[in-house]
This record gives sequence, C-alpha cells and structure tokens, in this order.
Amino acid sequence: MSGRLETKFKQLRDKGEKALIAYLMAGDPGLAETEQLVVALEQAGADIIELGVPFSDPIADGPVIQQAAERALKSGTSLRKILDSVKSLRQRTEIPIVLMLYYNSIHAMGCEEFCRAAKAAGVDGLIVPDMPPDEAEPLKKPADAAGLPLIFLLAPTSTPSRRKLVAEESHGFVYYVSLTGITGSKLNNVGDIHDNIKKLRKVSASPVAVGFGVATPEDAAQVSKMADGVIVGSAIVKRIASHQQDPAMISHVAEFVRSLKAAMAPA
Amino acid sequence: MSMLPDNHGRFGSYGGRYVPETLMPALLELEEEYANAKKDRRFQTDLAYYLKQYVGRPTSLYRADRLTKKLGGAKIYLKREDLCHTGAHKINNAIGQVLLALRMKKRRIIAETGAGQHGVATATAAAMFGLQCEIYMGTEDMQRQALNVYRMRLLGATVTGVDAGSRTLKDAISEAMRDWTTNVRTTHYILGSVLGAHPYPMMIRDFQAIIGREARKQILSAEKRLPNYLVACVGGGSNSIGLFHAFLRDTKVKMIGVEAGGLGIESGKHAARFSGGKTGVLQGTMTYLLQDENGQINLTHSVSAGLDYAAVGPEHSLYHDRGRIKYTYATDAEALAAFDLLAREEGIVPALESAHAIAEVVKLAPKLKKSQLIIVNLSGRGDKDVQQVAKMRGVEL
Repeated sequence: MSGRLETKFKQLRDKGEKALIAYLMAGDPGLAETEQLVVALEQAGADIIELGVPFSDPIADGPVIQQAAERALKSGTSLRKILDSVKSLRQRTEIPIVLMLYYNSIHAMGCEEFCRAAKAAGVDGLIVPDMPPDEAEPLKKPADAAGLPLIFLLAPTSTPSRRKLVAEESHGFVYYVSLTGITGSKLNNVGDIHDNIKKLRKVSASPVAVGFGVATPEDAAQVSKMADGVIVGSAIVKRIASHQQDPAMISHVAEFVRSLKAAMAPA
Repeated sequence: MSMLPDNHGRFGSYGGRYVPETLMPALLELEEEYANAKKDRRFQTDLAYYLKQYVGRPTSLYRADRLTKKLGGAKIYLKREDLCHTGAHKINNAIGQVLLALRMKKRRIIAETGAGQHGVATATAAAMFGLQCEIYMGTEDMQRQALNVYRMRLLGATVTGVDAGSRTLKDAISEAMRDWTTNVRTTHYILGSVLGAHPYPMMIRDFQAIIGREARKQILSAEKRLPNYLVACVGGGSNSIGLFHAFLRDTKVKMIGVEAGGLGIESGKHAARFSGGKTGVLQGTMTYLLQDENGQINLTHSVSAGLDYAAVGPEHSLYHDRGRIKYTYATDAEALAAFDLLAREEGIVPALESAHAIAEVVKLAPKLKKSQLIIVNLSGRGDKDVQQVAKMRGVEL
C-alpha cells in the first residue's frame, strides 16, 4: 500500500532527513483548534501527525495525555467528529495522519465500519496501544481491506520472539517505545534504545519511530540519529494545556515544533 | 468447563490480553510461572499450609436458622468467608499471588483496591513475607473506607491516592497498570479480582475456587445432597466464581450473581453490567461494560465500594450468555436492609458487598420450598462499613 505514510518516509530518506511525528489530542481544547494546529505544525516542520482519540481510561498514558483526553471529552469530542475533522483537513493538507486510539473506541463503532470511515476520511494508519498483535485478528482484515496500515508497538521488554512478531505484523512503521513506562515519562538509557533498534532492523525493513519520553530538542536530536522517526507527544500537549486561554497558543506550539525539527537536521 | 480459558486466555469471545506491549512479556512470564507452580507439589503444599494455618481455612458453612425461619422458605447456609484472616475472601488470592511473586523473585508488590479488602489482604501477605508493598486507591474510596486505609498503613504498605476520573476502583486499576508498566522488571501486580488480562482471570478464579470446593464437601456432609441455589455478589466477580466454580458441572444447581443496583437501573447510577451494559474492552479484557455509544466508560455508583466498577470478569460474561448463571441486582436500599437483617437475626454484620447477596436471598428464599437449600457466600465482614453506614444514617460515632 503506497499511501501518504510510505511516500513521506521515502521522500525524507531521499533528502537524508528524519520524520518528526507530532502528537495532538484531538479536541483539546476543541476540534477547530486541532485542525488549525495540524496545519500550523506542518508548516513548522512536522512531517506526520499522530492524532489521539480521547478515551476515558487510557492505561498507556501518563497524566499529561490523560488530562488532555478529559478536556477533549468535555468539549464534546467523539471519534465520528474527529473523522469529520480529518476529512475537512484533507481539503487543506496532505500530511500523513495516523490515529492513536484505544481498542474500545473501535469496538464500539465496529471494526469494519470504523476502518471504512477512517480510510474515507483520509486517515493513513492506526496505532492501538492496548491491542498487541496477538489480539489484532478482528481488526486486521477490515484494516487490510481498507488499506489502513496497523502500526504496532515494540517495547524494551519485548523478547526476540515478540520483536519478530511485531516486526512482521507492523505496517507503515514500527513504533518503538523508548522506555518501560507510560507516555510523558523521562527519557533514560539512550544506549538501550540504540541496541534495541539495531536488533529490530535485523528483522524488519519498516521505518522505526521512537516515542514515549522524547521531550526536548536535545532528546529529538539524539533519537533522530538512531531512528527514522521521532514521536513527540506529552511535551507538545503540555504546551497546549498551559496556553489554553492564550490567543497565541498555536504559534507557541508551532515554535516548539520548529525547534524540534531544527534539532533533527542532519549534521 | 474446567478447560476454560483457551490458550489465548479466552472464555468464548471474552477475556484475552488487551495491554500495551511493554506488559506482554510479563503476562507471558506470569502465565508460564503459574502453570509451573500449579504442577509443583511444593508450591501447592506451601499454599495449603498458609491457607490453613494463617488464613484459617476451611471456613465454616453455617446454617442460618433464624434467617431461614424469618424468611419462611428455603434452608439457608452461609459460607463464612468473613471468618478468613483480614475479614474477606480476598486473602485466598493474595497469598497465592505473593507465593508466585516469590518464585519470580519479584520483591515489590503493587495492588489496587476498591473497598480496601483486597488492599488489606495484599498488604498483609506482603508483610508476612517481608515484601515491599504499594496500594493504589481512588480518593473517593479512601474517604468511604478510611479504616482500611489506616489498616494498610499499619501493615507497612504505602497507600497512594488516585485522583483521576471517578476516583474509585477503575482509576486505581489504571494507575496500578501504569506503575506495573513502569516497574515491570522488579514488580508483581496482584490484581484483586477475576479481571484484567490473561492469566489473571483464570489464576484468581483458581485461587478462589477453594471456596466452592469446601462448600460442596460441607453441604454434602451436612445435607447429603447438593444445594438448589448458590447466591453471591458480583463486583469483578472473584467471590462468586470462587463459590460457583466447583458446582458448574452440577447442572441442577442454580446460580445467581448479584450486581450493584445502586439507586436503581433507570437512574443510571448503578454498577449492574448485565442489566445496562454491552461488550467492550476495559483494562486488558473483553467483557460486559457500562459504556456510552462511543465506548467511553460510564461512571458507576454503589453504596459498596467493592461492587462499584464498570466491568465484570470475562468468565462471568460467558456464563451469562450461556445462561448458566443468572445475574440480577440489589439496590443500595435493599443491601442496607439486608445488612441490618443479618446483624439482627444472626449476629453477623456483613460487608456491604455481601449484603447484596443477602438481599437477593431475602427475595428468593420465601419463594422456595422448605426442603430446598441455598448457599450464600458471605464474602466479607462488615466492620469496615460500620463507620460509613453510621454516617449515612446521621449517627455520630
């Protein structure tokens, strides 16, 4: 499937660049702002947008994303409205958009209907943090049929056999979780990340993006030396949270994203 | 039925392992370790020793004559899990899992707790084996169950309040899962009910199934026949599956699980998953959930913190669909009336959770013949609830 995601990684590879993947909680503070943010962050250097779908009980997320989800739910955000937003964004931008959502949100809509609707809206991939490949069967077929890559997570605790499983099942890219922990934890042991990515490359030809704990331009610079993509979530969401009432919120966040991308520039 | 779950941790279409990849290796390790322990005679001997000498098993099967007479129908027996050390059935599982943690050389224990009974049981077992222990508890529950909070601290555990979401059991489980994800290499998570990802629902059922094995022997010895009905309350569903499991093949034995009806189903303020829920995935498992049309988990309500949870154990979902177990509910008011009734008629103050089961017996027994038998699981004692009940009635202690 040669979609926006694959094309983007190829373009970046040709230029010798790494992908900056910016996470936004859809609907925080509102979907109108989310749409503006997507466009602004693309202009600031984001290569791919990871759009979080708010869930009431996000077990893989730390307090920053949890609170963003609470705000988004309070503002009336739902999966269907998010898909409408993606559809309207598609009139303005071709930036690859992957959804990060918990399995129950998909289950409530139904796997088939969800995959059709997501593809039709212009979504380019799915990350489901509480769905390891072992449980993916009901989603695989409809995702395949719709041409939606399923992106699986690999963890520092993954054994060689699980590494192989994740590598085989993951499409679009492999999401390497940089630490044993939840989103927004502090990045530690960069050596470990390096070793694990090396092992992953032996069993996978897919691009590797690293997330959880990448918070500063320095982190992004370090990680971009080893991986094909750098995912920044909580650090962005935190800035949105602290500028909720500020008319310059979008430019603040865009400025931060610009600094991340600049730090990732090839030497 | 003893072959359930299958190799993927499935009870029919329920159960499974819906967790972040970081936890998958730990769950696989736990599954393997538990399988080994099950076959290991030394593990079984150790477990049996602690259950007998420390917990005080077997618990008695008590014939409640005055309650029987008062209700004027079937003969009622109480399975007295309230007599276990720490005052509830939760210790059966806590001891089993602490022994497993020791086998896995994990010296740090974490757990969630709702009513505080599982937290107290875990803190107790951890203290007995000298393990470090941290308990997560919603701040709303900490208020409702202040006595148990202090008990856990006396036992050397750290009690960490969870101030997210509804500030009850569900949020405590999420926070414990986050801790486990972060510290998985050194820490064992002792989940308290037949919930969460495989192998927890299977393993916890196995540790609690001793309740039914004992009860089956005891009733056969006392009455020379099997009971007509088993009744137990269902929060996550560990005391009920514990009682029911040994009787599942006895097709003539009817089983009733009692959920928390809160202020009534129509009020929306309840925790009756089988009356108002549909299937979905929460905290690692596919099961019946209280959720809205977008799959967001609903806030629940019950006077009893131990039943106040949006999901039910996946094995229960299967038996519900098959019709093997009938599920009903008791409201807060019915449970409180049953709380008083058991205290006055039998001199036993039940936990508010168990009072829901008694409330069902109040409805059921008069409809049955005097020759029929009911066993109700008295899953815990009510000391922890005395303060809350007094407060609700405006009594200052």
